[in-house]
Amino acid sequence: MVAPSYYLALSALLFGIGVVGVLVRRNAIVIFMSIEVMLNAANLAFVALGAEAGSVEGQAFVFFVLTVAAAEAAVGLAILIAVFRNRETVNADELTLLRW
Amino acid sequence: MSSELVIGAVKAIVVLLLVLNLTALLLWFERKGSALMQDRVGANRAAILGVGRRLGLPNLGLVNTLVADSLKLFTKEDFVPAGADRFLHALAPFLALFPVLVTFAVVPLGDVIRLGGRTVELQAAPLNAAVLYLLATLGLGVYGVALGGWASNNRWALLGGIRASAQMLSYEIAMGLGILSMVMTYGTLDLQAMCRAQGGVWLGWLPRWGIFIQPLAFVLLLVAGIAESKRVPFDLPEGESELVAGYFTEYSGGKQAVFMFTDFAEVVLVAVLLTLFFFGGWQVPYLYSDGFHLPGGFLLALPQAAVALLGVVAFFVKTLVFCCFQLLVRWVMPRMRYDQLMRLGWKGLLPLGLINVVATACVVVLAGGVG
Amino acid sequence: MPAWLFTFVAVLAVLGALGVILQRNPVHSLLALVLVLSLIAVLFIALGAVALGFLQAIVYVGAIMVLFLFVIWLLNLETEPREGGRLLVKLAAAVLAAMLAAELAALAWRAAPGGAAAAGALHQGANYGSMAALAKVLMGEYLLAFEVTSVLLLAAVVGAVALARKDPGAGPQSSTPGRLEPPLR
Repeated sequence: MVAPSYYLALSALLFGIGVVGVLVRRNAIVIFMSIEVMLNAANLAFVALGAEAGSVEGQAFVFFVLTVAAAEAAVGLAILIAVFRNRETVNADELTLLRW
Repeated sequence: MSSELVIGAVKAIVVLLLVLNLTALLLWFERKGSALMQDRVGANRAAILGVGRRLGLPNLGLVNTLVADSLKLFTKEDFVPAGADRFLHALAPFLALFPVLVTFAVVPLGDVIRLGGRTVELQAAPLNAAVLYLLATLGLGVYGVALGGWASNNRWALLGGIRASAQMLSYEIAMGLGILSMVMTYGTLDLQAMCRAQGGVWLGWLPRWGIFIQPLAFVLLLVAGIAESKRVPFDLPEGESELVAGYFTEYSGGKQAVFMFTDFAEVVLVAVLLTLFFFGGWQVPYLYSDGFHLPGGFLLALPQAAVALLGVVAFFVKTLVFCCFQLLVRWVMPRMRYDQLMRLGWKGLLPLGLINVVATACVVVLAGGVG
Repeated sequence: MPAWLFTFVAVLAVLGALGVILQRNPVHSLLALVLVLSLIAVLFIALGAVALGFLQAIVYVGAIMVLFLFVIWLLNLETEPREGGRLLVKLAAAVLAAMLAAELAALAWRAAPGGAAAAGALHQGANYGSMAALAKVLMGEYLLAFEVTSVLLLAAVVGAVALARKDPGAGPQSSTPGRLEPPLR
């Protein structure tokens, strides 16, 4: 049996990798994917801590994260399509209209 | 512990071999059965040293379809088009086949058998959340065809892959709603428990099969299942007249054989699902754990092993019937147009499925079922 | 889950996550992400959350990732050119993220009751990971939140359709959301 601490460490590592992806990559879709990695790292921490405590609530939170992630993916990808239709790019460096 | 492991391994291998052989048999039936329906002769050329002819047997084309075809496919050049993503091109067929094969792990082939004081479930992986597992593996099936189409660096293939994944995604919803109705009806996610719940009779003669309480869910699962396996009338992803061969246009030799094999394995899977959910799985009408109880009050006692064996045989007979039914559909239906396909999925099956789920929920609550 | 299996899955998950951020072709990134998500589902099951692991596979791998794949195709994204001159940014990002991960890991290590050494049994009931247990919490304590998610999903569907559809005033060929061309490499 592996102690939940190891799961938490793995979750932290995955979260860090997701952060690097968001900071380094310029393709909006890949940034989006890195965010998914971070969300899932958090989910793993929820389930690991829930398993440690023997409570189902960790799983319930992950369930809500799942639904929110589904909604977020639908809306986020729709926004990307709309952006691409107007600007012909999804490179985050070129989408600077709101920068001042 | 180790004997558990051995039993598990044996069950896994048996299930896998059964599925593979059934699939090969369907390859034969697809060719010879269609010939029968269209008043043709069909495959009858290849023979091994003419043994059958010397014995005066008719050539049923078994050598053609089971030996010669596969030999031919696996010795052909394995062609990879220029500019293709070589790794994904090689991976895609197996990514398509793998989820279909592992789905059979949770399929109960029969009731328990008792071997030397040990009770063995005739199910490779007895799993409480079997229905969820099933839906998860079905969802994975999209990647093989989608990536196969993309990795080929060919427009027809890409279009076929897009069509296939859109179609599978759309019909998965109808399929999921059909399955959900059955889950609510039986109040369990365990396929073995679902089969057990379908034993016995109503009114003294009608078997308690799912089809009699959920006919609409049966139609949903049947239509969505045929669409999932991408067969006529839903074979747009590989529509020859528009897309050459769809997502496997650029595949040849063994990899193409794997794609074809996947299609037939999906046919078997859909037949198995229909049998499990709606036709009692391994249940034989009037057969209980001690023998046949016929409606007139007759009792025909049978030993437990015979009952279990009859269950397995019944499961295979039902599965074969549905496999053949799906193959027959191919020769009597024309292909749909893409907008018709999408309209059927989203405006036909989806509302029907939702209505069915709501109605089932109401009936379950009114009947004081779950919770 | 035995320790060697956990190590294997964990290493594979980290490699997959690295693949997500290092691959220059978005489709390859996506496949790496599919690997990571499947492995996390496996870890859920190893932690006893069986039903949730399958839900993760159904929702993430079976639906959300396919949506990503569609959008990548729709936008006709191809392999990005290797970009130069941003080495400093990358380095800084890597260092900062490493610090963050280390901090999180250290915190988690400390916070987890029993610490790293306690590899004892988890305090789980008989049907801990079952759908029934999960449903009891969702339909009981979190009923309001559960019902609100359905509204959220409906809003997301309507929003996605409204955002992604073409301008109703414009003609059918005025806007092209990417041409359907195979990637030419």
